[in-house]
Amino acid sequence: MKIVDARGLSCPEPLMLTAEALKNYTGPVKILVTEPHQKMNVEKLAKDGGRKATSTEVTEGFEIVIE
Amino acid sequence: MGLETSDDAAVYKITDEIAMIQTVDFFTPVVDDPYTFGQIAAANSLSDVYAMGGEPKIALNIAAFPNCLDTEILGEILRGGADKVKEAGAVLVGGHTIQDNEPKYGLSVSGFVHPDKIFKNYGCKPGEVLILTKPVGSGIVNTAVKAGMASDEAVDEVIRVMASLNKTAKEVIQNYPVSACTDVTGFGLLGHCTEMASASAVTLDICPKDIAWITDADSYAKMGLVPAGAYRNREHCEAMVEVGNAEEFELDLLYDPQTSGGLLFSVAKEYMDSILQDFEECHLETAVSVIGKVTEAGEKWIRLV
Repeated sequence: MKIVDARGLSCPEPLMLTAEALKNYTGPVKILVTEPHQKMNVEKLAKDGGRKATSTEVTEGFEIVIE
Repeated sequence: MGLETSDDAAVYKITDEIAMIQTVDFFTPVVDDPYTFGQIAAANSLSDVYAMGGEPKIALNIAAFPNCLDTEILGEILRGGADKVKEAGAVLVGGHTIQDNEPKYGLSVSGFVHPDKIFKNYGCKPGEVLILTKPVGSGIVNTAVKAGMASDEAVDEVIRVMASLNKTAKEVIQNYPVSACTDVTGFGLLGHCTEMASASAVTLDICPKDIAWITDADSYAKMGLVPAGAYRNREHCEAMVEVGNAEEFELDLLYDPQTSGGLLFSVAKEYMDSILQDFEECHLETAVSVIGKVTEAGEKWIRLV
């Protein structure tokens, strides 16, 4: 699984890194973000690309797995 | 002498014919090009005077600039601002610059208005229509620009929209009995609508499908290029908004913080066609939308229909 650690980064960097990771790659990607709105933005990006996103709250923010 | 305050600026009545409007606003760069940033920051500052129905007369620069950057860049920012002040028909008489890590620019503007013709940001009455003079989505498109994902068309339009003065719009609507007016900025369209509705004790029916978005702003919202401020605005307002069937990207756009947004005003329906025709004849360069109507106060201040 590809992992994108975007913790501590400010918008729109987490989204840019996620978009880059999803480019020409259909396998699962795990994204780590700090802020709730970053989680929601990553979920939107996944949905817009027809991918399924599952988010969980972790100690230092959120973990989103895009399948 | 009367003293009055509102969200957009301070107003001080000097005589029965003249009131002075005083305002200040400045912010950090929203675009890379310094001249364009100067234009946008100035248009945004001048807008506070237009939103009150006034005519800007005198402006002073307020700038912050780091030592490590070429002062030519500061010169370009100030040139952009000066050109907008000139376009507004006001005079730029100097200002003040301080050293700071991040550049900042804006204006303090003084203007005049007849005390009986001040636009208040409340007072809309049921049956009136709500008109917005610029398309929405500058925060979202600027986020797409930062991410390097914005199309050339979107970049061109967002710059044109942010840098355009609310002068023409104000000059048209001052000829009509506008009951409430404000300029749409950081609180987003729904933030400003909520304020207007609660202060007027009415409910505003807003139709997202009728609102003009900046080119591609809807696609960027769907992609999650939504600034943190839009989520903050939503959190602040959502209890006061009946969402209905509005889609998620529409909500993001409705809460999107605007930089140098348009005038939002309420006026009796009978004047609508004439106002829209005047905008066209005066070559207003931004897309105008009739975004909804004013109704009797319901359960929530805003109803999306």
